[in-house]
Amino acid sequence: MLTIKNLHCQLEDEPETRILKGLDLTVEAGKVHAIMGPNGSGKSTLSYVLSGRDGYEVTDGSATLQGADLLEMEPEERAAAGLFLAFQYPVEIPGVGNMTFLREALNSQRKARGEEPVSAGDFLKLVREKAKTLDISPEMLKRAVNVGFSGGEKKRNEILQMAVLEPKLCILDETDSGLDVDAMKLVAEGVNALRSPDRGFLVITHYQRLLDHIQPDVVHIMAQGRIIQTGGPELALKVENEGYADLLKDLA
Amino acid sequence: MEAPVIESKVPAWRAAFTRFLAEHPAAQFGAQSRRDAFERFEAHGLPTRRHEYWRYTPLRALDPDQALASKGGDPFAAVDGYRLVFVDGVMDASRSDHLALGAAIDVADGSKDCSWVDIVAEDARAHTAVERPFAELNRALCSHGLAARIPAGVKLDKPILLRYEGAQPAHLRVGLLVEDGAEVTVLESGAGALTMLIEARVGSGASLHHLRAQTELVDRQFASLFARVLEGGHFASFTLAADAALIRNETMLDLTGDEARGHVAGGVLGRAGSVIDNTVFVTHAALKGESRQVFKNVLDEDGRGVFQGKILVRKGAQKTDGYQISQSILLDERAEFDAKPELEIYADDVACSHGSTSGAIDETALFYLRSRGVDRRTAESLLVAAFIEEAIAEIADEDLQEVMRGEVARWMTERAG
Repeated sequence: MLTIKNLHCQLEDEPETRILKGLDLTVEAGKVHAIMGPNGSGKSTLSYVLSGRDGYEVTDGSATLQGADLLEMEPEERAAAGLFLAFQYPVEIPGVGNMTFLREALNSQRKARGEEPVSAGDFLKLVREKAKTLDISPEMLKRAVNVGFSGGEKKRNEILQMAVLEPKLCILDETDSGLDVDAMKLVAEGVNALRSPDRGFLVITHYQRLLDHIQPDVVHIMAQGRIIQTGGPELALKVENEGYADLLKDLA
Repeated sequence: MEAPVIESKVPAWRAAFTRFLAEHPAAQFGAQSRRDAFERFEAHGLPTRRHEYWRYTPLRALDPDQALASKGGDPFAAVDGYRLVFVDGVMDASRSDHLALGAAIDVADGSKDCSWVDIVAEDARAHTAVERPFAELNRALCSHGLAARIPAGVKLDKPILLRYEGAQPAHLRVGLLVEDGAEVTVLESGAGALTMLIEARVGSGASLHHLRAQTELVDRQFASLFARVLEGGHFASFTLAADAALIRNETMLDLTGDEARGHVAGGVLGRAGSVIDNTVFVTHAALKGESRQVFKNVLDEDGRGVFQGKILVRKGAQKTDGYQISQSILLDERAEFDAKPELEIYADDVACSHGSTSGAIDETALFYLRSRGVDRRTAESLLVAAFIEEAIAEIADEDLQEVMRGEVARWMTERAG
């Protein structure tokens, strides 16, 4: 589903700052891949490069989603193609209502794919149903996007967007950061509900604890802009017990 | 005895004024006050960048006879109200509801005692802190308008809609005496006025709501509004201005009664070649007054926005609450926004604040929206609508808020197209 080959990137404004240095990764449909790694290994940069944020220059390599070249697309085209990034820090947008935003996003994607827009009534029904399972109140839906939301509410709102937009590949960037155990469980349940044979997940996390709730099929360790080790869920437990030091010493 | 020959600073306007008096015999009745006003205008001359409050707003020449073009349609076309349509500076009776309005309130028409008309004019003339040459020009050359008294306690059931049409560079003048406890809403639209002047007094516990749409303009418009607000009175004005060679809106607010409130807000949408200037002067002269100025500018291409806002708190105007914010989004690096906030305070127990920001659209928010599938132009429209909402929210009437939101959306759509 997602195929990344030999991806290199650097900061646009500081070409000497190279972040991704030959990253290879494949995520199959129906699978949950986790990427773990120490701070500064390039995990978040990977999520931004894949979703098309400004400020990064890809100097080599490729990234495709179901065969389509992601790197050639605008961010909105990537979204319409089925890519979704759950932000580490969801953005507050004063003045733009949560519902307006969600509906605009859904119908923009449908339009880009040549589908009919969803009617106001169907949309409302859809969102209410998804919101309920994530414990998102109607009052939260009425507010401006993420404005005045707690950390947990913001992350739940990300998962709500994911549930409504039904992407093919979901990237979760440090979704557990800033969450207490209960909030994390709620978010994990939301993610697990979206697991399906035709959807892939890339879960980026610093800690193993999120992976107790979202069971990965494959775990990658990332360091210095590359995947340095790949294994099963047991690899995450090893990191949890022993830290990254052991894995990194060969790189030095 | 021959009059001394003095070379006018504004000979074309002097000629226009002489011609105006000759062509409008009725104007002879107020000829002296017109002459006085013209002489004040003439003594000042057309403002240049050397004048303190015209530093950011280039005027260059202004031809008295240059026709005014217009574009688009009346944003208030669907609003139900007492409509007064002025074509080339004269009311078109066949399209106006002046008779119904005259039955609802007191409208000066020369057939009855209307000495109250002078009250509002004197209020405005008393506001002498800064010279207002375009108000003087209007007083000299106004060809028509409205002088209305809303009697004490009367809440006019529908808004008064002042509509300016035609290509003549007309001058229209409005006097409003809103007596104690009365309420009225006044709407203005149309490109068919070179200058407009509103002089108003808002009585104790009375309220005057004013909305102005300058979305059909191509050339120039100079709007002056003077309002004096008495005890517990409320004045609120909102203007939406879009794309014109030059728009200058001056609002002079005098809060002379205790607990008077004055709100002046506006949205500016400016692109190629347009200059839109909102200049506000709020004077607090009594206890516990509250004033707000909220202006939002969206500037694209080489559009320019100017905001000059002053809060003057006179000695003794304790417990004044004055607030002012002016902000701009620059959608193009050629766009320019100039802000000149001023506070002048002679009382020691007041809360006054002002702020001004200017910058590109929030890239983080833009990326967030786009990452969800919203295309760049639509995302920009959403963010612009959100940005300008704070000013639109100052409008009390929700239907009229919606009219203004529609105009903003239309402008952004034109941009995307």
